[in-house]
Amino acid sequence: MLHFTIRRLLLAIPTLLFISLVIFLLLDLAPGDPMASIPLTVPPEVKEKMREALGLGEPVHIRFLNWLYQFFVVEPQVAFDHLFGTNFAEGKQRIISFQSRSPVMSVVAERMPQTLWVVGLSYIFATLIAVPIGIISAYRQYSWFDQIGTFISMIGFSIPTFFSGVLLIVVFSVILGWFPSIYDTTHEVTDWSSFVYQMKQMAMPVFVLTLYNAAQVSRFMRASMLDNLNQDYVRTARAKGLSEKVVVLVHVLRNSMIPVVTVIALGVPTIFGGAIITEQVFQVNGLGQMLITAIYASDAPMVQTLTFIFAVLIVLFNLIADILYGILDPRIRYD
Amino acid sequence: MADGAEPVLNVRDLNTVFKTRSGSVHAVNSVSFSLKPGELLGVVGESGSGKSVTMMSLIGLIPSPPAQVSGTGVEFGGMDLLKASDDELRRIRGARIGFVFQDPMTSLNPVFTVGYQIMEPLRKHMKMNKADARRRAVELLELVGIPDAERRLKDFPHQFSGGMRQRVMIAIALACDPEVLIADEPTTALDVTIQAQILELMHELRAKLGMAVIWITHDLGVIAGIADRVLVMYGGQIVEHAPVKELFQHPKHPYTRALLKTIPSVRGERADRLEVIEGQPPILRAAPTSCSFSARCEFCFERCLNENPPRFDVGHGHDTACFYDFDANGPRHQPNMAMTQLAGGVGDAG
Repeated sequence: MLHFTIRRLLLAIPTLLFISLVIFLLLDLAPGDPMASIPLTVPPEVKEKMREALGLGEPVHIRFLNWLYQFFVVEPQVAFDHLFGTNFAEGKQRIISFQSRSPVMSVVAERMPQTLWVVGLSYIFATLIAVPIGIISAYRQYSWFDQIGTFISMIGFSIPTFFSGVLLIVVFSVILGWFPSIYDTTHEVTDWSSFVYQMKQMAMPVFVLTLYNAAQVSRFMRASMLDNLNQDYVRTARAKGLSEKVVVLVHVLRNSMIPVVTVIALGVPTIFGGAIITEQVFQVNGLGQMLITAIYASDAPMVQTLTFIFAVLIVLFNLIADILYGILDPRIRYD
Repeated sequence: MADGAEPVLNVRDLNTVFKTRSGSVHAVNSVSFSLKPGELLGVVGESGSGKSVTMMSLIGLIPSPPAQVSGTGVEFGGMDLLKASDDELRRIRGARIGFVFQDPMTSLNPVFTVGYQIMEPLRKHMKMNKADARRRAVELLELVGIPDAERRLKDFPHQFSGGMRQRVMIAIALACDPEVLIADEPTTALDVTIQAQILELMHELRAKLGMAVIWITHDLGVIAGIADRVLVMYGGQIVEHAPVKELFQHPKHPYTRALLKTIPSVRGERADRLEVIEGQPPILRAAPTSCSFSARCEFCFERCLNENPPRFDVGHGHDTACFYDFDANGPRHQPNMAMTQLAGGVGDAG
């Protein structure tokens, strides 16, 4: 397994380099001008100077190599300096956002907590809710519980988050006034009442995303359980006189988790990607929202860096899913 | 075979009906039989004749719904299994009644080690601790002839061959020294040499451990080699019941006779075509009111279409559910066996 992991990690390097090149070239080909939002009164030659100042005067391959150097050498050095108080990165050029002229990674670090709290929490909730629902739905197939579960997950699946989000805002913020409609990032949790406020402002975005994710995972879980409940080994387990609890939660569940764990692991990178639309609806200034605004502003370094981070996460969690698969299923051996 | 001994299992008038959306299916119809300690009872019949469903109904292994199991009684160890609670049945399954199923490739859980799966019933029923259960598991694997048992406990089912997996299944079934072992086509999925090894093993184990065995199969050759008594099932009913020699020498039911005819002979001229029984076994939508074999039977006459034949005692511990008397070559004029006599076990067998 270790051998497999190392081999896969090494193979990931060329893959990721290629991905970063493709992203870079796509962004370079895309129309749009970082100077578009500069007032028209600014003379064209000044704009040209500003473009050059952003490094846009260099040829494509130089800019790409620069970005690679900054991302893989300078930014890790900065992080290292930050952690250990050294100064390896002193005087070196970091990846700078066109919009804010501040280092991209600092902005990412600022935005990350909101995204992790809202999207990450909803993902954890979704998994915790969906797995038991899937198990019970499958065990009591066509029961009332299953029918209601199917109905709700159909809703979760088919209603887009921009609709359910707005609906929640209308009902719970506008009509009932229970929850704030806008997520206040500057809010700090210091005491009980501020904690309650934090919970309140997280409630709706977390709920919307939980519903959506839980709908998917519970369907997967149910299908996987149903596949396994009819297997011969389940009959064997019952013939051994084991209780239904052991039969279902040990014998069937262990087998059913194999595909579901893969689905869950592959979904984790989307947490970091942020739920772009939901963050927009609730004004959570997380990574997803940042990506959208960066695209609008033709902020190539920001988009490039964020997209590449997502790519790294996707490759990484693919690997983790494969490893988990190998751990859960003894029939799969990678070496 | 222990003559006259108290039966360890006594089934009286067992019925299983599957209630499905497209109507009900009567899979087991008024099945009665008894099993004596230490004997091997063979159950034969083609696919869909209700062999497996009968045995699984006894012990609550048929999911209900859709199945409904009813009957006069299933006596086992002083209790009526039909009236037993799910918990009581669980205490019997795996502890006092062991099961071996048809397909050893799928009957073991692929994600747990063989050792874990053998130790499970030991820890559950015999309350053994881990170390004791381990010791016993090694013993069991050695008993069923798996070499290097100690090390193989840590292996997963996919690391065993088909025959070895079936041995593991047998080890699991025997784990708690059951009084009855129900083997549901245990050799059907295996090739012939492995089948012979498993049969040999069963012979040995029965001599060593002395449990009673119900052996379900559709292979008459296997039955001839291993059984003491045979039940022939058709359409969810027992159509003939006899000691094994008696059955093969004097089959009294047209179905049994037809089955025996279908066995191709390896000696002499090879026949142009294989013998078959024309037609399909019935799917019973209601409790039978006529002989369920009548549509395929060459001896069928009017009475067979109007009445479901009861089991007639024909002597030598032999009974058959047929209105045609092969000894007289004509319709039978004989009162049927009283149900009570059946229930007491056909004691004069052999």
